[in-house]
Amino acid sequence: MNDPVLEIDGLCAGYGAQAIIENISLQLGRQEIAVIVGPNGAGKSTLLKQVFGLNQHLAGDIRFNGVSIVRLKTSDLVPLGISAVPQSSNVFPTLTVSENLEIGTYASPPADKKAARERVLDLFPDLRGKVRQAAGELSGGQRQMVAIGRALMSEPQLLLLDEPTAGLSPVYLEVIFDLILQVRKTGVTVLMVEQNARQALRIADTGYVLANGRHAHTGSGAQLLADNEVRRAFLGGGND
Amino acid sequence: MIEFINFYLIPGITLGSIYALGAVGVSMIFGILRFAHFAHGDLMTVGAYGALSAVWVLGVSPWLAMPFAIGFAVIAALCCDRMFYKPLRDLPTIYTVIASFGVALILRSLIQVLWGTESQVYSSGFQKPLVYFDTIRIASRHVQIISATIVITVALHLFLTYSRAGRCMRAVADDASLARVAGIDTDNIIRWTWVIGAALAAVAGVFVGLDTDVHTNLGWNMLLPMFAAALLGGIGKPLGAITGGLIIGVVEECVSYPFFGESLLSPSYKSAVAFVIMIALLLFRPQGLFRGRLL
Amino acid sequence: MSAEGLAFYLIGFLTMGGIYAVLCLALNMQWGFGGLFNAGIAGFYAVGAYTAAILTSAGAASHVGGFDLPIVIGLICAGLLAGITAWGIARVCVRLKADYLAMASIGFAEIIRLVVINEQWLTNGSLGISRIPRPLEMVFSGRQAEIVYVVFVWLLVLLTYVVSQRLSRSPWGLVMRAIRDNDVAADSIGKNVQRFRVEAFVVGSVFMGVAGALSAHYFKFFSPDATEPLLVTFLCWVMLIAGGSGNNRGAIAGALVVWAIWSMTEIITSHLPIEWASRSAYLRMLLIGLFLQVVLQRYRQGLLPERRTTPVQAR
Repeated sequence: MNDPVLEIDGLCAGYGAQAIIENISLQLGRQEIAVIVGPNGAGKSTLLKQVFGLNQHLAGDIRFNGVSIVRLKTSDLVPLGISAVPQSSNVFPTLTVSENLEIGTYASPPADKKAARERVLDLFPDLRGKVRQAAGELSGGQRQMVAIGRALMSEPQLLLLDEPTAGLSPVYLEVIFDLILQVRKTGVTVLMVEQNARQALRIADTGYVLANGRHAHTGSGAQLLADNEVRRAFLGGGND
Repeated sequence: MIEFINFYLIPGITLGSIYALGAVGVSMIFGILRFAHFAHGDLMTVGAYGALSAVWVLGVSPWLAMPFAIGFAVIAALCCDRMFYKPLRDLPTIYTVIASFGVALILRSLIQVLWGTESQVYSSGFQKPLVYFDTIRIASRHVQIISATIVITVALHLFLTYSRAGRCMRAVADDASLARVAGIDTDNIIRWTWVIGAALAAVAGVFVGLDTDVHTNLGWNMLLPMFAAALLGGIGKPLGAITGGLIIGVVEECVSYPFFGESLLSPSYKSAVAFVIMIALLLFRPQGLFRGRLL
Repeated sequence: MSAEGLAFYLIGFLTMGGIYAVLCLALNMQWGFGGLFNAGIAGFYAVGAYTAAILTSAGAASHVGGFDLPIVIGLICAGLLAGITAWGIARVCVRLKADYLAMASIGFAEIIRLVVINEQWLTNGSLGISRIPRPLEMVFSGRQAEIVYVVFVWLLVLLTYVVSQRLSRSPWGLVMRAIRDNDVAADSIGKNVQRFRVEAFVVGSVFMGVAGALSAHYFKFFSPDATEPLLVTFLCWVMLIAGGSGNNRGAIAGALVVWAIWSMTEIITSHLPIEWASRSAYLRMLLIGLFLQVVLQRYRQGLLPERRTTPVQAR
C-alpha cells in the first residue's frame, strides 16, 4: 500500500462521555474506496462524523496525510482537503444547483473555479440542464449528485460519504455507486458508510464490518462478500 | 380617489417602506440565528438617535447623518450579540429570546438616559409637497423615503444573489449544520447578518424621524408590525419581508379610509391591524406568502 | 429614617413584593410548569385591575362604573374575566411554538392596551379610574390600613401558592411537565396536549388578573400607564428566572429579591446629582436589564431551582 491518506488509530468516540465506538483502527491508501458496513446502531455514522470533527473525541488518533486532525474544527478540515456529505438533508434547498456548487468552493478555493465546475458537471451530466433550478426541487438522486458535486468542488483528497444511497430508489443505487467509482478515478480517496452493504462491498477495495461499536471483520470487498460468517451475521444471510 | 391616494395610499407606502427595512433584519436574524429578535425595534431607535446627534453636532442634514445612524446601530448590534446573545447560543433559543427582551430595555433606557425622553425633530419647518398631474400631492420626504427603499431593495437583492457573503447567508439560513460541514465560517455570517440587519434598521429609524419625529419608543412601537411583515414574507426571506412590510403599512393606513362612507376602523385602532394580521398568519399560514422556513 | 418610617417602608415593599409574587406564581404556572411563553402578562393584569376598579369604585359620571361592590366580588370577577380573556386567546394561540406564542401574546396585550386607552366610556381613557377602595377602609385608616392591606395581599399570595403547589403535585401537573419537556411524546401517550396547555394558560391568567386587582386597590387609582408592558411583563420575567422557574417558592423568592433590587436602585439613583435625577427611572431600567443578562448567563437555574418530583436517571 502507498502512503496512507487516512489513518485511524484506536479511536474511541461518542456523545458526552458515553463511547459509541471503541478502539477502531483503519488505514486508507490513496484512491482507495473503503466501506463501513454493519447493523443499525453499530456506530458507523459516529465513526464518520468523528473523522469530520462533529462529535466528542475520547481517545485515539486520526491522521490525515500523517498529520493529526482530531483537534481541528470542521471548518479547518475542508482547506486541508477533506470534504464530507452528510446523510439525507445535504443540499441547500432554496439555493440553485449552481449556487450549491459555488458554496463548495468558498472554504477552499480550487485552482480554477470554472474548471472544477466543468469537471463536476462532466461527472454528473444530469445536472447540466438544471443549474438554475433550486436544489430542493430536484429528485432524491439528483440531490445526492448536487451534494457530492458540492463536496468535490474544493478538489478534496478525501471524500466522506454518509449513506449516499439512503432513501434512493434501486435504480439510482447503481448510478450513485457507479459515480463513486468515477470519482475515485479523478484521484479521490473515498470513505463511506452504507446500509446497502452488498452493493457497496462490490465496489469497495476494503470493507470494515462494525458491530456494537467495535471492529468485527476487515477484508477486501470481495472477501467479505464471500465470507459465510459475515454474510450470515451482517448481510442478511443467504445467497443473492 | 385622489384623496385616497394622497392621504392614505402614499403615507401607507411610506410607512410600509419603514416596516420593510426593519423587517429585513427580523427575518434574517430569525432565519440564521433562529430566534425572534425583540430588540430589533430598539436598534431602529438607536439609529434614529445616532443621526440626531450628527444633525445636532455637525449641523448636517439627516440624509448626510445616515452613516452615523448606521454606525451607531451596527456597533450596538455587534456588541449586544457578543455580550448578550453569543454566550447563550448553545442553549434553547428561548433564552436568547428572553435576553433580547432585556436588550430592548437596555438600549431604550440607555437612549433615555443619554438623550432624554423629549421627542425631537431633525429639522422643523414646512416642506411644500410635490404636485403631480395637478392633483396628486406627495410630500417630498415621502418621495425620498420611498425611492431610497427601492434602491436599497435592489441593492439587497443583488447582494444576496451575487456576493459571496450573501450566498453564504442564504445557505446558513437554509441549513446551518450543512453550511458548517461545507466549511462556511458561520460566526462570520452571523456578523454579516447583524451588520445588514442593524444598518437597515438604522435607516428605517431615520426615516421615521424624517416622516414624523424622533422619540424613544419609536422602534418598540414598530416591532410587532415588523414581526408581522417578516412572517407575512416568510421567515428567512429578506425580499419577502420587504413585500410584507409594504402590505402591512398600506393596510394599516387604508383601514381608516371611509370606503363605504364610514371608516372601517377608528384610526386609534390602526396599530391593531398588524397584530391581527400577525396572529392570523401564525395560525393559518405560518410559512408566510413566500414559503419561508418554519421554526 | 426613623424606625417607624423604616417599618412602613418595609410594609410598602412587602405589599408590592406580594403583588409581584402573585404575578410570578401565575407566570410559573404557565412557563415553569407548562413551558408557555406568555409575553402579554400586562394585558391580563390590566383586565383584572380594570374589572376590579370598575366594579368596586364609587360612582363616576365620566365612565361606566361605580357599582360599589364588595372587594371580594371584584377580585373574583377580576380573576374570572382575565381567565375568560385568556381562554379566548389560548384557544387560538397555545399551539404556537414559544417564539410565536410570545409575539401573539404581546400582540393581544397591546390590543387590550389600545382598548383601555381608547374606550373612554369604559375605562375613562388615559385619565384612569380613581377612588378605588381598599378592604376594611371603614374600620382602619392611615397606617393601620397599610398593615391590613399587606396582610390581605399575603393571604392571597398564600392562596396562589397553595393552588399552584397543589396543581403542580397533582397528576395534572405531572402531565403538564411532560408536555413541557416533550409534547410529541405526551401526545403519543394519548394526552390531549392542547387542552392541558389551554388550562395552564387560563389558570395562570386568572391569578394575573387577581394581581392586577390587588394593585388597583393598593394604588386606589389605575390608569393605562400602570400597564406599561415593560414594567409589569418584563420585571415579572426577570423575577421568575432569577427565582427559579418551575419552583413555586423560587417564584416568590425571585419576586421579593428582584423587587428589593428594583427598590434599591431607587435609593441609589436618588443620590444622583440633580441634573440626573429626572433620568433616574431610566437608569433603573438599564440596571434591571443588565441584571437579567447576568442571571441568564450565570444563574439560569435561579435561586431555588426546580426540583424533579421523580428522580431522572442520567443515562
